[in-house]
Amino acid sequence: MTKFKHPQILLASNLKDGEVVFLGHNGWERDFRHARIAKSQEEAQILETIGKADYSANIIVDVYLTEVEITDDGAPIPLHYREKMRIKGPSVRHDLGKQARGVPDEH
Amino acid sequence: MSINNSNTLSRINSQKTTYQYDEFDKNFIRERVAEFREQVRRRLDGSLTEEEFRPFRLMNGLYLQLHAYMLRVAIPYGTLTSQQMRRLAEIADRWDKGYGHFTTRQNLQYNWPKLIDTPDILEALAEVDMHAIQTSGNCIRNVTADHFAGVAADEIEDPRPTAEFLRQWSSAHPEFSFLPRKFKIAITGATHDRAATLAHDIGLRLVKNASGDIGYCVIIGGGLGRSPFIGKIIREYVPRAALLAYLEAIMRVYNRYGRRDNKYKARIKILVHEKGIETIRAAVEKEFAAMDHTAFQQDTQEFERVAASFAPPPYETLPSESSKLTKARLETPAFDHFVSVNVSEHKIAGYAIVTVSLKPINGIPGDATSHQMCVLADACDRFGFGELRVSHEQNIILPHVKKDDLYTLWQTLDAADLATANAGLVSDIISCPGLDYCSLATARSIPIAQAISLRFSDMARQRRIGKLGIKISGCINACGHHHIGAIGVLGLEKKGQESYQITLGGDPGFSASIGEILGPGVSADQVPEVIEHLVDFYLAERQENEAFIDTWRRLGHARFKDVLRREGEDGADI
Repeated sequence: MTKFKHPQILLASNLKDGEVVFLGHNGWERDFRHARIAKSQEEAQILETIGKADYSANIIVDVYLTEVEITDDGAPIPLHYREKMRIKGPSVRHDLGKQARGVPDEH
Repeated sequence: MSINNSNTLSRINSQKTTYQYDEFDKNFIRERVAEFREQVRRRLDGSLTEEEFRPFRLMNGLYLQLHAYMLRVAIPYGTLTSQQMRRLAEIADRWDKGYGHFTTRQNLQYNWPKLIDTPDILEALAEVDMHAIQTSGNCIRNVTADHFAGVAADEIEDPRPTAEFLRQWSSAHPEFSFLPRKFKIAITGATHDRAATLAHDIGLRLVKNASGDIGYCVIIGGGLGRSPFIGKIIREYVPRAALLAYLEAIMRVYNRYGRRDNKYKARIKILVHEKGIETIRAAVEKEFAAMDHTAFQQDTQEFERVAASFAPPPYETLPSESSKLTKARLETPAFDHFVSVNVSEHKIAGYAIVTVSLKPINGIPGDATSHQMCVLADACDRFGFGELRVSHEQNIILPHVKKDDLYTLWQTLDAADLATANAGLVSDIISCPGLDYCSLATARSIPIAQAISLRFSDMARQRRIGKLGIKISGCINACGHHHIGAIGVLGLEKKGQESYQITLGGDPGFSASIGEILGPGVSADQVPEVIEHLVDFYLAERQENEAFIDTWRRLGHARFKDVLRREGEDGADI
């Protein structure tokens, strides 16, 4: 088991439409700012367990944890540039993806 | 769900210059749509797990990418009718985000389809004889061809009948549906290789033997990706009647001996590299001699049936030169530049081939909006016998335009931001979608292409530089063909950051070569500057009419490396 270093969120793709979703407190959210943040290994495992169950229930696919840092306003920003892309949308088309629906630029 | 009642679809092409599906073809893809609709239904109701469903969706071209699903639509040998292009635009508007991305495999990708809509999209494609079959998976993929096929002045024979012949042979071929790895075939019939035949699993060149009979020079074991190799000739001449049998012998040898234990060593290029071309040739010849040829006895007649579909359009008898064109070029410098750069010689007097660049300055290489697709469809109906081509360079070709019509066509294209006069120039950059869309990518590639094109946005400077192929991939899989770019750029991850490795000396043509690494990776911001230094050095050193690749070959890689070393010492931080 890898050592828990940073807070984590669980992300996946919605089965029906493929959009990136984040496990929140009340199910899967399309806005990363509503993601439930695991601050310990135990909390991350709880997220993973829920993710596996929802994968088996055919709600989501391609589910995995990613490390984040938490901004002053409490939003979880992925540490890796790949997942930073996934919370917003293509960097070359700001009119597409989540950013088109108003994900703040500073994220 | 049909969209066959749309007004635009009621327009049909006036001429049939490409293969027309018969009832067998139509039934085949209709059945596949129905089958996939049922598979999606079973996936959504939970009857199929993701592990069970994934091979089915991939067989139908549906991937899961970074932000959404992605549907890859096959455009066999890059040939499209206006009706099909219009349908692609309609699908983009109805089920996607109003645009499509033309790829280096001459296909089209939609970046935002929903799984629940995909059966309807496939049905809409089937209505115009299109599909997404074999655009993924370990099978023989879409056969690609010279985008000037049938019209090039340097052509021995139109390669499209052979490509269509191969499409029919390879579609759902039961023996080759579960190969060790994907398999790509490219074909050219010209004396200039515009299809990168040496960079494919099988490359075919139409050639004449000593008796003047047309056959095929067969090349195997080329490929890019993690381990790039230039293909090797396995047989100088295969008669047409024996083509399918010979290819089947190659496929059998690959299917039998290709490695299945390691996906990174599973392509035929690795087999050829590890065993040696002589060993593979002997195995293929042995199989070819031993195999039952009964199934191939009708090949010649079948080829002729297919070839008849590719009758030339009813060209008018015209003078070679057009006074109308000459006058317009004199009066309109921008048009004159367009003709100089984007218009190529046609084999029929009075006609020209037009390359429509999908690389506007700061644009996304290969992307076209639905409006632009409709403009292209209308333009080829009006000016080009209703036929279009997609090039592996991610541009669109109008293959039959009267020289007299070029100016009016240019005005039409210009109004739709489709008249960038940069075909083959430094800003005509091949780029994969990279990390902006692709789940396999390790770095972005589109912003690099945009930054380079902005750096060289002065079109007069581009023309002074001349032909120069820059190709960018966002990962080692090399969909952006970086290995065979005169200047190649490969995006990688280095210590959690995007890093770009630059290569020089790649060549996609008959003198194909794999580029050599210039030095340590650079940041995204540095790429345009590095390339500018290289281009400036080339301009200073080139001899008359010498292309970049030829200057590089003459001077040697070390001289180009020295340029950057000196710039770094001067404080340019490269």
